[in-house]
Amino acid sequence: MPIRTVMKANEAAAWAAKLAKPKVIAAFPITPSTLVPEKISEFVANGELDAEFIKVESEHSAISACVGASAAGVRTFTATASQGLALMHEVLFIAAGMRLPIVVAVGNRSLSAPINIWNDWQDSISERDTGWLQFYAENNQEALDLILIAFKVAENEKVLLPAMVGFDAFILTHTVEPVEIPDQEVVDEFLGEYEPKHAYLDPERPITQGTLAFPAHYMEARYTVWEANENAKKVIDEVFEEFEKKFGRKYRKVEEYRTEDAEIVFVTMGSLAGTVKEYVDHLREQGIKAGAAKLTVYRPFPIEEVRELAKKAKVIALLEKNVTFSVGGALFQDFSRALINEKEKPIILDFILGLGGRDVTFQNLDEVLEISRKALNGEKVDEVNWIGLRKEIL
Amino acid sequence: MAESPFKENIERVAKEYSEKMTPGAIATIPGSSVINKTGSWRVFVPEFNRDKCTRCFLCYIYCPEPAIYLDEENYPVFDYDYCKGCGICANECPVDAIVMVRETK
Ligand code: SF4
Ligand code: SF4
Repeated sequence: MPIRTVMKANEAAAWAAKLAKPKVIAAFPITPSTLVPEKISEFVANGELDAEFIKVESEHSAISACVGASAAGVRTFTATASQGLALMHEVLFIAAGMRLPIVVAVGNRSLSAPINIWNDWQDSISERDTGWLQFYAENNQEALDLILIAFKVAENEKVLLPAMVGFDAFILTHTVEPVEIPDQEVVDEFLGEYEPKHAYLDPERPITQGTLAFPAHYMEARYTVWEANENAKKVIDEVFEEFEKKFGRKYRKVEEYRTEDAEIVFVTMGSLAGTVKEYVDHLREQGIKAGAAKLTVYRPFPIEEVRELAKKAKVIALLEKNVTFSVGGALFQDFSRALINEKEKPIILDFILGLGGRDVTFQNLDEVLEISRKALNGEKVDEVNWIGLRKEIL
Repeated sequence: MAESPFKENIERVAKEYSEKMTPGAIATIPGSSVINKTGSWRVFVPEFNRDKCTRCFLCYIYCPEPAIYLDEENYPVFDYDYCKGCGICANECPVDAIVMVRETK
């Protein structure tokens, strides 16, 4: 029987790792995800998880150790956030290029300076071009589930890419919520043991990994990472389906909420999706045709699903906790790319909010609504809007 | 000159590499590094004087590439495909049987 309990997202992530039975975990503590490796080291120390826990001297070493372990052919896991993820940056490219299915739990936190330990998505959003798959959890249950899903997708032969699962700093990492811990046997059935086909250590089969590639081969190597990302789109759908059959919880790359006949659709990721769904309910009560959508999968970017969503809306309001300078937010860029050549397309508006852990309130969302309604009525509005910005202190 | 024990593999690697990309660009057959003829990086080249040589093997031992083989009479032979012109052999040679000269092509 699955255990119903309450726990923080950090603990849920550690539990997911335990259930996935990685052979190597290498991690360095950083707020807000410190509890993940702490909990895992406890599992290992208690003999509940048969794995090598490597204590390293930095995040760069943590991910490097994971690359080494994964290249040797075992399931590998780590957790980090913010500057820690940034410190992993160069190795993230290596993991993707070597096609190593490492899974990293990211407690989504802002980047310095100024130092801020609270939530936004700038850390993982900044790694969107490394080739890694990216999942974003709305709640603690999703943090657990998506890590299991991430392993399954990452290890698929058509994919073989590393994956990160983001869950919002403090809003999730340190908040206790009901979580269902699935049965080990069912997880075993779902995931199976990792059987490396391309990268493993065997003296009988000498290979060179992380090779030098001259101009004659580098481009093709990069293309295979592109292709693997494309393949992941279908594989993710299949894994979501299998997950639903085994565990009863349903996931979609783009989860829509009350989008039928919606004129304005608010699109977001992570825990903010919960707030936005509440807000949409509140608007619907007033007869306002609003809907919401949540991106559970950000890389590969779900272009087809976004196009389907766009057909239903007159205004797409993107709510983003990240900045892409002179563009707006990363989602704005991605949505523009997805829709630019469509014949009929909605107005796309970008709203930057909640940076560095600032609360996103209904009042903030009222502002978003007001701007969206103006645009709907044909009035000219800014494409990029900073919501909740305290202009008076500038 | 002694022949690389990987010769057959190397030829297969060269062929497979140009034909098929493996996931993660893994080189699946050992010896691929031998394909890359590092001798092209050279500016100086060792010039060998057989009459002075005492066959002490110091150059052979110290060459970091290793680009020095020994012939049937145990005299050093330089493999210019891989000699990178570092000059270590010339430095180590106790009787100055090797001198580095600027290579002009
Ligand atoms: S110059 Fe350097 S690389 Fe060339 S043979 Fe001498 S020691 Fe070896
Ligand atoms: S170090 Fe000089 S003397 Fe000794 S084997 Fe080499 S060339 Fe000959």
